[in-house]
Amino acid sequence: MTAVADPPTVAAYPYTVPSPQEITRPALAGGRDTMVLNMGPHHPSTHGVLRLVVELDGETVVNVAPDIGFLHTGVEKTMESKTYQKAVVLTDRMDYLAPLSNNLSYVLAVEKLLSCVVPPRAQIARVVLTELQRIASHLVWLGSHALDLSAMSVFLYAFREREQILDIFELVSGARLMTSYFRVGGLAYDLPDDFTPTVEAFLDIMPGAADEYEALLSGNPVWLERTVDVGVIDADAAIAFGVSGPMLRAAGIPWDLRKDMPYSSYELFDFDIPIAKKGDIYDRYLVRMAEIRESVKICRQGLQRLKDLGPGPFTTTDRKISPPPKTEITHSMESLIHHFKLWTEGFKPPIGDAYVGIESPRGELGTYIVSDGSPKPYRVHFRAPSFVNLQALPHAAKGRLMADLVALIASMDPVLGDVDR
Amino acid sequence: MDNATVLERLRGALPTAVENSSESRGELSIFVRRDAIVDVTRFLRDDPTLSYNFLENLCGVDYLGRTPRFEVVYHLLSHKNRHRICLKVGANEGEAVPTLTGLWATANWQEREAYDLMGIPFAGHPGLQRILLPDDWEGHPLRKDVPLGGEEVAFTFNEDQIYAHKPFAKE
Repeated sequence: MTAVADPPTVAAYPYTVPSPQEITRPALAGGRDTMVLNMGPHHPSTHGVLRLVVELDGETVVNVAPDIGFLHTGVEKTMESKTYQKAVVLTDRMDYLAPLSNNLSYVLAVEKLLSCVVPPRAQIARVVLTELQRIASHLVWLGSHALDLSAMSVFLYAFREREQILDIFELVSGARLMTSYFRVGGLAYDLPDDFTPTVEAFLDIMPGAADEYEALLSGNPVWLERTVDVGVIDADAAIAFGVSGPMLRAAGIPWDLRKDMPYSSYELFDFDIPIAKKGDIYDRYLVRMAEIRESVKICRQGLQRLKDLGPGPFTTTDRKISPPPKTEITHSMESLIHHFKLWTEGFKPPIGDAYVGIESPRGELGTYIVSDGSPKPYRVHFRAPSFVNLQALPHAAKGRLMADLVALIASMDPVLGDVDR
Repeated sequence: MDNATVLERLRGALPTAVENSSESRGELSIFVRRDAIVDVTRFLRDDPTLSYNFLENLCGVDYLGRTPRFEVVYHLLSHKNRHRICLKVGANEGEAVPTLTGLWATANWQEREAYDLMGIPFAGHPGLQRILLPDDWEGHPLRKDVPLGGEEVAFTFNEDQIYAHKPFAKE
């Protein structure tokens, strides 16, 4: 081992992430007056298979360490043995509440490697669908968050609307959850004719539905008691822990990749970035609720743009990347060869690497791809927002009550498929 | 903020730290000497004009057959300038890369992930343990010399054999 520079003094740095052993080892050795409680991995309020080792003094949390990895499926390793096109399917399975966002981050990274131009119809359709996905994901967050704080009815209301969004996804892609609808170069197939009226019907009811949720929660004294000034992650802590998405904006930092580093034609849309000040659970609630309304706005503009554009190609016309339509294959030898080559061998991006970050419902979802010039990715890494955000949990939970920890987990909205990949 | 200015300022402040740099698809990648990575990132973070305040991404890549074998890739983001740069550090088998946990707490888990899956040690890390895999796992699965499907699946008929060298499996 060669000499390395002096490591920075960790003690002087206020933000730390404890590991489970830091709590269990001294506890097993004895001599501490606190109780160590194991929470999860099978616990209804951990939103999946998250295990927390909690050190308690009475009902006060002294320290807490998340233990993750129970849902690790080796997505990154598996992708190295799939062609670029086939690996899209795996991205659905990471953040299973926002599969379209995962698709988008991955295909944008591959398109960046290929320097591929995506037709405007596909870009706008991607925006509309990922915004619907954002609403669907926020509805699950809202429902389960309220359920954790024993507000049963919000869950039923939120899932009523989410059902409609899943119906739209089914209409578009044939699947309700694992859509795999965005492909390298564009979309898997064209939007159906009844896409616009169906989405419009949903957008008409959504703002009213959001009013309903807010009527149930915003002024509710129990809700306020459980959320205001609880689980604070301020701006400095958010930056230190790499927190992104609604949690970062709730801390008062107006950073949104859709606005600040636009991708997939977001620069054409007119929308606001909701922010809050304190970074407590209530602020995160406000930010996400406002985001639902902004997403409705973006969807409406997107539908208008689709109307203005009229019918057109939904995927790139570069036959080396995207397969030709079936009608062409039946009478063109060249198309048949292209199709055959794409599905047996795949396309070969030039040697290099690319990183793309998009604003998923949970924060920055980044994809880093290294290409060695072969039809399979040499290395794929996902910067999963849930994984990074979850590190801030111990910082925000220390010194609070055990019940606040439950509220805090729900407000961070982790998806364990995204944490463990 | 453009890439040339970043490189110029960095070279001016820390002349020996930068080994090489490249630009592809408009994004700047800087190859940094391994022992200088903490100084470089601290400079990039604290310099008021550059202000790369956000560590976005940290991951390892295994270039088997190349020297150095591993590369640790950092993506830094400047909220102020809306600019992203990529830093790369090379490391051979067993060579430790200095930790960034003293600058960004977010490096903690991301470095543990790189250690767990790729086997890259980070010097000075406060708790460098496996994070996604069980503590008794053998090997680092994202390395290129680990085959896909190399891990045998435990069924009732073979679980004793497999668990024999996994002390935690039945806990």
